[in-house]
Amino acid sequence: MSVKLVNISKVFKDQEDVRKRVIAVDHVNLEIKEGEMVTLLGPSGCGKTTTLRIISGFETPSSGEVWISEKMVNNIPPNKRDTSMVFQSYAIFPHLSVAQNIGFGLELKGWKTKDIKVEVKKIMEIMEFSELYNRRPDQLSGGQQQRVALARAIINKPSVLLFDEPLSNLDAKLRIQMRIEIRRIQKAFGITSIYVTHDQEEAMTVSDRIVIMNEGKIMQVATPFEIYSYPANAFVADFIGRVNFIPTKVKSISKKGCVVNFGNGQKEIHPHYGEFKTDDKVILIVRPESIKMSSCEKDKTYPIKGRIDKLVYLGPTTEYEIEVDGFNRKINAVIYNPIEEGFFHEGDWVNIDFNAAATHILPALD
Amino acid sequence: MKNGKDWLKKSFREIAHIAKDPVLLFFILAIFTSLFVFIVYPLYKVIIVSVFSEGHFSLIILKEVISNWYFRQGLFNSILMGVLTSVFGTAIGFLFAFTLARTDIPFKKIFHLIAIIPIISPPFIGAMAIIMLFGNNGLITSSLLGLRNFKIYGFRGLLFAQVITFFPVAYITLRGVLESISPTLEDAAFDLGGSRWKVFRKVTLPLAIPGIASAVLVLFVETLADFGNPLILAGSKFPILSVQAYLQITGMYDLPKGAALALILLVPSISVYFLQKYWVARKKYVTVTGKPTTSSHKVISPAVKWILFGLCVFLTAIILLIYITILWGAFAKVWGYDNSFTLNHFQYVFSVGFKAVTDTLLIAATSTPLAGILGMIIAFLVVRKKFPGKNMMEFTSMLSFAVPGTVIGIGYILGFNSPPLILTGTFIILILNFIFRYIPVGIQSGVAILRQVDPSIEEAAIDLGADSQYTFKRITLPLMIPAFFSGLIYSFVRAMTAISAAIFLVSAKWNLMTVQIMSQVESGRLGAASAFSVLLVGIILAAIIVIRFILTLFYGGFKGTMLKI
Repeated sequence: MSVKLVNISKVFKDQEDVRKRVIAVDHVNLEIKEGEMVTLLGPSGCGKTTTLRIISGFETPSSGEVWISEKMVNNIPPNKRDTSMVFQSYAIFPHLSVAQNIGFGLELKGWKTKDIKVEVKKIMEIMEFSELYNRRPDQLSGGQQQRVALARAIINKPSVLLFDEPLSNLDAKLRIQMRIEIRRIQKAFGITSIYVTHDQEEAMTVSDRIVIMNEGKIMQVATPFEIYSYPANAFVADFIGRVNFIPTKVKSISKKGCVVNFGNGQKEIHPHYGEFKTDDKVILIVRPESIKMSSCEKDKTYPIKGRIDKLVYLGPTTEYEIEVDGFNRKINAVIYNPIEEGFFHEGDWVNIDFNAAATHILPALD
Repeated sequence: MKNGKDWLKKSFREIAHIAKDPVLLFFILAIFTSLFVFIVYPLYKVIIVSVFSEGHFSLIILKEVISNWYFRQGLFNSILMGVLTSVFGTAIGFLFAFTLARTDIPFKKIFHLIAIIPIISPPFIGAMAIIMLFGNNGLITSSLLGLRNFKIYGFRGLLFAQVITFFPVAYITLRGVLESISPTLEDAAFDLGGSRWKVFRKVTLPLAIPGIASAVLVLFVETLADFGNPLILAGSKFPILSVQAYLQITGMYDLPKGAALALILLVPSISVYFLQKYWVARKKYVTVTGKPTTSSHKVISPAVKWILFGLCVFLTAIILLIYITILWGAFAKVWGYDNSFTLNHFQYVFSVGFKAVTDTLLIAATSTPLAGILGMIIAFLVVRKKFPGKNMMEFTSMLSFAVPGTVIGIGYILGFNSPPLILTGTFIILILNFIFRYIPVGIQSGVAILRQVDPSIEEAAIDLGADSQYTFKRITLPLMIPAFFSGLIYSFVRAMTAISAAIFLVSAKWNLMTVQIMSQVESGRLGAASAFSVLLVGIILAAIIVIRFILTLFYGGFKGTMLKI
């Protein structure tokens, strides 16, 4: 069951002042394949939740079309749409038992009480929380409520499962456990799913593909690997993980890609997007963990030389901020396994290099 | 200009949206119409009758009333009584609340239960008992002390009765206020080196001030509107406005003058009520987040604690004395002369007077569920739906809190004794009066509960395939059940104990126990009055116990402070 968004926009009228308008979703096009788990990721106010609510039917798009399984559903109300949502607050019905909550959708479909019981038991077994069958919602922990909400959504066998920041009310440890659980169950049932979150790590773990949104627009749609390694623009690069933007110029075009200046030296980089020609201004996108440092002497010349300005020791890693002559921004570097890789100290001079294969270039913004 | 245009645009959008749901549209229109007819229209009639004379606008009646020394005295006395009762009642209520909320004295639960009794009984019980204790044949004055001419009628007696009747209202309000002030704030002040008195003065009291102000104003409005105690105790030398308005109408058959007096009574009540609701109530401090922490009981020294304990004992003793007097009076042959045991009064109540009992029960049992359901529907519309005039709906439905019963009663006889709606003397008029007078509490608790219910709970039901009617029935309504029942208890108690408006609306065909009690007191038959009162309070207690039992059985009891009468 695929989901397709064609040119979806949503304009909200301001509650107080009808003349003001807020564009929450701005011409979004997206296609989600059957059985796929896609995450909408972005800062708060980027339109991800509105997009999800448009798919569920709780919001009507101002323009554009929503297609679910080859059917245009713009005019179908949420209760008639074949989607199930897992809410941020879980939205467990407080006056019904766990079993009644999970069976609610089947009750609406007119199932017999006996059959509902069997089905609820079955799904609770698959999800491994059968012991909660007779509990009341106020006797559940956050993680247990989360499971109930998920089971309640899945039991209807919806075409599309929607998750609205489902883990944001859980503590950090449980969040990590639950995101693996959600991924397992989604795969087991093979339900097409759309997942909204602002937590990048969560998006990386659960998704087949990630949609990065900003100010109502889609910035990039790609697999977690591509998003991190080859961000399509500076926003994505900066939003996902940490990054060094190093402005430079294309020196020449080679077989492998572009040869760019790097301090006094040069680097050969394979561009993943766009065409470049000699003398184009570009930005090097270098992740801190791709930076390599080696001790050097203050007076000698190297491709790029810098002085350690600050360091933070975190156990498994050490993070460095390096001041480089001629750069207006400090370069961030992360050294993994510092015991084996060695330490530097504040004020040390280091030679800076990076792994060209793990680096990416984008056209400069100006 | 622009704002007006925007408002129109917004309203139009909302109307277009509602028009898609005919059931909703019907309910909104029906509620607006009935609020208008049964709340606004009677008030309008009171105003019109007071300012129209011989068919055209004239202030002659109002002028006449104001220039009359006796009526001016009535207004002055009413306001004086209101001010004194609210100040003393709030002070006592605060001490009572503070003692119960902030100290570890024994018997807290018993103190609380006894303080609640005056709230759930007819408001004139205090006055009755005072006459039986301190009147000409009073147990204390005449029998115990042998005083012959002790004057209990007038200022002294009335003030005493009013303070005892209304301090529990202040207590309930202020207990809630004090319990919402986290004791950790007091602990913090101690920790910073404050003395007990300083902590109380600099932390506890300032945080409670908005609540105290609110209690003072509420008590003022209630005392001003009160009718039963003054009718029994004020006497002719200490006139009170609400009684004067009643006597103008029932004694002199002068409707316009009665209406004019009602109008004069309405002005201070309504102004003070809205001062309370829109100004003081907004200033409340909210200090509680999450679970209330347990008090460390360090706020006061042991000596002060036992003084306060003594005060609580004294107050509850007075309340108990009042109710024991009534109970005794119900079984005494002739109060004050021959106090030997008899069942004659109850025999009277269950034979001659029994019609009033069944009428009262029938009227209360009919109006209570209707008021409860209407209250829930209005609460739901106000919180969850968008439509033009929504604030107006909430405002109008809350209006009857502010309007003295006497004014409403006069408004109803003025409004419904001529076509198009002739209702005076009927069962219907009493029902309507009770419904529209007692919906506010149901609405308030409904609104409070709904505001706590996450809208995504309703969305989840819709998402799983329920339509809006099914969602309301299966999800929203069950969640509102506790609010529904607390509204129900309030309406029932009020319907059973109502006097100020109802006294204008009873007839030979439909009578009420409260009105019966008043007429028994007026004709000096204190025994019968006591027997009626005992039965009335008994019925109310039984009803509350039954409602709570049902709720416990089906919904695991009240959650939170549902008995907020």
